[in-house]
Amino acid sequence: MDNLYRDFILEHYREPHNKGVLEPHDLHFADSNPTCGDEMSMTLLLDEAKQRVADVAFDGRGCAISQASASILTDELRGMSLDELRDLDPKGVIENLGVPIGPARLKCALLGYKVLQGAVIGAEARWPDEADVLAGGSAP
Amino acid sequence: MVIEQLRADVFDGAALRADFPVFDRPHRSGKPLAFLDSAASAPKPRVVIDAISDAYGHHYANVHRGIYELSEDATARFEGARRALARFIGAPSEREVVFVRNATEAINLVAYSWGRNNVSAGDLILSTQMEHHANLVPWQQLATETGATLEYVAITDDGRLDLDDLRQRLAKGPKLVAIGHVSNALGTINPVAEITRLAHDAGALVLLDAAQSVPHMPVNVVELGIDFLALSGHKMVGPSGIGALWGRRELLESMPPFLTGGSMISKVTLGGTTWAEVPLKFEAGTPAIAEAAGLAAAIGYLEAIGMDNVRAHERFLFERAWAALSDIGGVRLLGPASPDEHAAVLSFVIDGIHPHDVATIFDGHGVAVRAGHHCAQPIMARYDLPATTRASFYVYNDIDDIERLTDAIDATQRLFGTA
Repeated sequence: MDNLYRDFILEHYREPHNKGVLEPHDLHFADSNPTCGDEMSMTLLLDEAKQRVADVAFDGRGCAISQASASILTDELRGMSLDELRDLDPKGVIENLGVPIGPARLKCALLGYKVLQGAVIGAEARWPDEADVLAGGSAP
Repeated sequence: MVIEQLRADVFDGAALRADFPVFDRPHRSGKPLAFLDSAASAPKPRVVIDAISDAYGHHYANVHRGIYELSEDATARFEGARRALARFIGAPSEREVVFVRNATEAINLVAYSWGRNNVSAGDLILSTQMEHHANLVPWQQLATETGATLEYVAITDDGRLDLDDLRQRLAKGPKLVAIGHVSNALGTINPVAEITRLAHDAGALVLLDAAQSVPHMPVNVVELGIDFLALSGHKMVGPSGIGALWGRRELLESMPPFLTGGSMISKVTLGGTTWAEVPLKFEAGTPAIAEAAGLAAAIGYLEAIGMDNVRAHERFLFERAWAALSDIGGVRLLGPASPDEHAAVLSFVIDGIHPHDVATIFDGHGVAVRAGHHCAQPIMARYDLPATTRASFYVYNDIDDIERLTDAIDATQRLFGTA
């Protein structure tokens, strides 16, 4: 299982990118992982046309997987349109993380994605279906 | 009380692993399985697995119905399991033992059947901050539906129930005190006999969630003086899908059915129905027949070891594990330090490392622990923790598992650079 905790994952955990709360912001949402109770919030600032992400930050405490995943995910978001955010593929989020994620840690890896979806739709988003996200992937 | 530390273990836990086929299963780590999650559910010994197979293979028919040999055989074995469980918990009569799916269902049975008929607006129910969600959410629902008030007895910084707080709340005259015997999240053993005496003096009934105690120590419902007890078979090396509610006979007889349908009736007409005698009044539909056979075998397995020996063995392991983990920098243990007040359930946090990461890394070393809120989120809130890592011990654990645990902690701290 040590291959899950590659150096870059631990670096993101120790020094996460885009950590904190944006003030002011246009979008905000907080959600939690039911398995461990970890809470994460996300704030997004949009451009003047209110179309694209100007800045983003996430906050909260959690495991290395959830923190690294949110850190890597938020790095990708600037410049994206709201439609593009909504259409993000959770499978891509897992692939971007670059380490093998099995069913036990899937919610950790997708918490940032779920909070982002919540911020975009303004309500709690559904967890992606495990079978869809892990299909064809190699579980550790 | 003088705490006398055991100098030697009372039996060889490692030798018992030969009774449990799961320990033959290769683990993906390539290492032998150090199973430290029995508080969630326990592996099954071969005798339990064989008893289930034998029940289906040679003694299976529906119970309480058929006028033929096979059904009589199945019924006798099913009722034999009820007698075995009654004996195991010191129940005065097996008719006070109701088979249900698990402790959660047992508690719900009381909350729905007793609760909806004895609790009304303005009444008070007491639970504690220490409860598993199974002994908390049913009471929240009862309070919401009836307009009753639900209060929680506070816990101290070292994980004990605050008995002064209990006394103050008992003075308000609650109808029921719903407490756990052993906390699944902290390991605390609560002084149930004393709490029950106080509760009865205040006119309250006591429901005991014994899911974490019955598998691990002698439990006698008469000596404890309680009114209801809930347990799960799967935590006591028995099958999943069967548990029990024990209740004092007059209470069970005064309660209406929880689930209704077949088996639990005396006479049905289109105009109305009269109920069967307890416990069948509470056992609607075909019960868990083969599981009852498995549960009887599990009880036999534990009785052969002796519950005093199980408790002594776990106490020995608790003392050694507590001492070992206390010596590791950056590890914080929860719950009371005294082995008199702490079952072999060690809940801990490692500074700077989330319990989910801990459990994943442990798994890579073949060490199975639980990480999370342990279905006890109010406890986590009480200590301002999102989650903890929990190592829980049982009969098949031994000193070697403690070494595996401390080695895994060391490896985890090294990986995260916090050692």
